[in-house]
Amino acid sequence: MDFNDTPEEAAYRKQVRAWLDKNATRKADAKGMELPRDLNELIAQSKAWQAKKADAGYACITWPKEWGGGGGTTIQNVIYGQEESNYLVPGGIFAIGLGMCIPTVMAWGSDEAKQRFVAPAVRGDEIWCQLFSEPAGGSDVAGLRTRAEKDGDEWVINGQKVWTSGAHFCDYGILLTRTDPNVPKHKGLTMFWIDMKDPAVEVRPIKQMSGGAEFNEVFFTNLRVKDSQRLGNPGDGWKVALTTLMNERLAVGGSQGNADTDDLIELARETDIAGAPAIRHGGVRERIADWYVQAQGLKFTRFRTLTALSRGETPGPESSISKIVAAKKMQDLGSFGMDLQDMGGVIRDRKLSPADGAFTEQWIGAAGYRIAGGTDEILRNIVAERVLGLPGEIRVDKDLPFNQAPKGK
Amino acid sequence: MNFDFSDDQKMLKEQVRKFLADKCPMSVTRRVLDGDEPYAKEVWKGLVEMGLTGTAIPEEFGGLGLGALELCVIAEELGRAAAPVPFSSSIYLAAEAIKLFGTQKQKETWLPKLASGEIVGALAVSEGTHTAHPRNIETKFAGGKVNGVKQPVTDGGAADVVIVAVNTGGSGEQAISLAIVDLTAGGVSAEPVRTIDPSREHVTLTFKDAPAEILGDKQGAGWPQLSRVLDGAAVLFAFEQVGGTEAALEMARNYALERYAFGRQIGSYQAIKHKLADMYVKKELAKSNAYFGAMMLNDDGAELTEAASASRIAGSDAYVFAAQENIQTHGGIGYTWESDCQFHYRRAKLLALTIGAPIQWKEKLVSRLEAKNAA
Repeated sequence: MDFNDTPEEAAYRKQVRAWLDKNATRKADAKGMELPRDLNELIAQSKAWQAKKADAGYACITWPKEWGGGGGTTIQNVIYGQEESNYLVPGGIFAIGLGMCIPTVMAWGSDEAKQRFVAPAVRGDEIWCQLFSEPAGGSDVAGLRTRAEKDGDEWVINGQKVWTSGAHFCDYGILLTRTDPNVPKHKGLTMFWIDMKDPAVEVRPIKQMSGGAEFNEVFFTNLRVKDSQRLGNPGDGWKVALTTLMNERLAVGGSQGNADTDDLIELARETDIAGAPAIRHGGVRERIADWYVQAQGLKFTRFRTLTALSRGETPGPESSISKIVAAKKMQDLGSFGMDLQDMGGVIRDRKLSPADGAFTEQWIGAAGYRIAGGTDEILRNIVAERVLGLPGEIRVDKDLPFNQAPKGK
Repeated sequence: MNFDFSDDQKMLKEQVRKFLADKCPMSVTRRVLDGDEPYAKEVWKGLVEMGLTGTAIPEEFGGLGLGALELCVIAEELGRAAAPVPFSSSIYLAAEAIKLFGTQKQKETWLPKLASGEIVGALAVSEGTHTAHPRNIETKFAGGKVNGVKQPVTDGGAADVVIVAVNTGGSGEQAISLAIVDLTAGGVSAEPVRTIDPSREHVTLTFKDAPAEILGDKQGAGWPQLSRVLDGAAVLFAFEQVGGTEAALEMARNYALERYAFGRQIGSYQAIKHKLADMYVKKELAKSNAYFGAMMLNDDGAELTEAASASRIAGSDAYVFAAQENIQTHGGIGYTWESDCQFHYRRAKLLALTIGAPIQWKEKLVSRLEAKNAA
């Protein structure tokens, strides 16, 4: 039992490190440097970096070379990610496109669509978004109402999507629509790829509780798409969407927020409870211990998964616990860090707050993180049903035609 | 990344699992709990015949000379079965203490007999309901004799040799030594103590001029020695807790599938589904922490104390939660004497207390984290 690379993994890591050293700056050496705050500049830098990676075989490492990928293994992809995280490089804007949309196009698109879209997406020339969630369907995505109606060789689309990450800068998207409201909800859906720059597509940013605006509402008013833009058969949209969603929880998994137990220990040294350092207080110490144990549990659960990947095996279901634990811990630890600042805990100013405001920011952000990519409740259902084999939820609308199923406002 | 047990270790685990499923079903635990036997002798004999008691004892002292990882997989299966045997007392505690800190002669005297299962060992620290802290250890060692009272001592009635935390004079931690007491040499009486889990024997040991010798060759080193022994035991107990959690979760799951209420399987209600999902989450956190504990124990790694503390905290949390929510899932039937739910409820709390309560381990952990953070 050890954390060591196999000789092949070590060789790959060395090669990756050498390439990164040549082409990027280590975070440790990047004092004072930062990524651009201007969105257009950030996108330009991101595209340049993605193209460089693609040329070297480090973009979409597990994809076949014929599609512009690296022809590598899952563990190589993990190793690259571990190494790249030590360097100051832009990332993130391609994650949804390459993690979810393009795999869907590759699985369900026509040869023509694959030829047209895969390689430019791998190189970062074109950015993709995923248009599934609607005001009427969050956890229950299949309850969506955006209509697509056949008109000759075209479809006419009307409706609204919500929570679309990056819609404001994306070139293309995959869109899940209702094409038949007369059949039960899962059976009347159809997937398309669309051009986000079409004038019939309107993107409006959503201002989040945190003040940021990373997500959008997207409106379609008589958007016309060709039948050749269909991904999968009419009515098979749910099956197609599952290809996409299977990848989502993997993509959302990792973060635990910026502040962790070390930051909490430091904060507890500097703050007081009843005239003594907070770190001496039993209530504080117990919480530090609990969150440390959770953080270690998550870290070593990831190591168990990586071990399976390293051996070329399919990981067990243990990774399904990660987001359930991480999101709540992020919220609680942030909240407790604010409590330690006592009356000053209300301040939200990176210059005034300890740890560069990390406790406060993660407290605000975690409220969204507990929902994004599967709420705590949906994830518990998934563990209960898929891991423990308990019965699925009773679905009163399952066999009813969609237009007769009960709906709220 | 090779953060897993080897195929050989997994095979060993499978063997132990099969043996216990066959020879140590819950009816055996019930028999010991209901009766007067200190432990299930036929199960103990079977474990001994498989060579398991000698697993981590060096070959020169009659063991198999394997490592901590093998002990961990055995522990997980003992925990799953809630086995009523003195394995933890004799092996994780007494044998490990002698192996780590005994003199050559002490090892030669005791380890072969512990390895062969010919004798049973135990550890005696607690003196009632006070915290196990140097200032609460009043049992004295002087002139080769031990005097005092230890309570409760797990497997102390069945034991032939006991490692006893004693006061040898001086102040603070330096006042504490570990003594080896041969219970067959006289001067020690054992009285049963009623506990939450009668499937494991507990006694009060009274020492009256009991002949003894100090473990190792120097007095006053007992507290750090005890701390190291408990670190190792915490990892092994954590594997028992992981096994027990899995068993309790499986019981709850099976019942949730077969029991109907209001015209539905109770496992179709989210209140039950989410409860069971929470058990699974805690179990996986415990398992992952225990794996790191196993690695640190096997390598005698620098982070053993942190890893052991985390293993113990997560393991105790998972098993106590799973055992109590297993009863809750069963409803009224789970609270009856006939139900097997009680064995996990009792064993989970016993394991969470026997080598120190989670709150004490949290303090041990945070003291370490604090020191590291300051450095």
